[in-house]
Amino acid sequence: MSDRSDIMANMAQGMSQGSPHAREMGFELVSMDGGAAVMMAPYKEIMVGDPDTGVIAGGVVTTLLDHCCGSAVHLAMSEFKVIATLDLRIDYMRAATPHKPIYARAECYKVTRSVAFVRAVAYDESPDDPVAAAQAAFMLDSSAGKPFIGGGKPSGGDKTEGGR
Amino acid sequence: MSVADDRLQAMLQRIPYARFLGVRAELAGDEMTMILPFGQHIIGNPVLPAIHGGVLGAFMEMTALAQLSIKDGGERQPRVIDVSVEYLRSGRPLTTYARADIKKVGRRIANVHVEAWQEQRAQPIAALRAHFLIGGGTP
Repeated sequence: MSDRSDIMANMAQGMSQGSPHAREMGFELVSMDGGAAVMMAPYKEIMVGDPDTGVIAGGVVTTLLDHCCGSAVHLAMSEFKVIATLDLRIDYMRAATPHKPIYARAECYKVTRSVAFVRAVAYDESPDDPVAAAQAAFMLDSSAGKPFIGGGKPSGGDKTEGGR
Repeated sequence: MSVADDRLQAMLQRIPYARFLGVRAELAGDEMTMILPFGQHIIGNPVLPAIHGGVLGAFMEMTALAQLSIKDGGERQPRVIDVSVEYLRSGRPLTTYARADIKKVGRRIANVHVEAWQEQRAQPIAALRAHFLIGGGTP
């Protein structure tokens, strides 16, 4: 692994540990092979969406996929940039198996100046038998939460408006 | 409190993930507003700080499910087939609200749109469109 990918790997790891919500959920970056990020969420009672079956809430899978996709974007970039999810589409194929950890594998397959495109799957046993599949787009150099301060072109239409 | 309101509150209380997020619901007639109070545990980016995008997606998905349960009595939990989340503005450290609009309920499928906002309803921070499988069975 090169120095740069070491740095990006540290950063992706830091992203889970540095994010209070990811920490609460116990998300862990488990590997980065060929630019893909693999993240794990342990089974926790707080994640349960259906108390009758013990199946975790769809929203937990949504969050894991969003987080893992974000890490994949960081891995794919040559320098650190603030990113923000623009859209996230998820197909839920089946319920996650209760009492088992769930994994997400995300691959950032295209980075342009302003946007990164990512696809991901969530699974418990094997990526070939997915729980869910996702497709996401991220804005790069997002001015999210801050007033937009010049320095080149706006990073994406309406995304910079309205007190962001 | 109406029967629908009792049922809605009971449903949310039963879901561990809804309790963890701290989600509440208010019902006025058949119009429901879901409320997500801000807390450290939902922060995604601590620098800004901003609410985790996944949490906003989860919150809106829960809003859609709750609205469906009001409509059909909530006997069987609908199963989500797909969601599409659009992020419009960052989720600031404030209370977030959401309302769902059921576009169609067919024999097997329900289509629901949800919008989430903070200080101003006219400036949504995120939107979700989802399909649910209703009436039991697997996708």
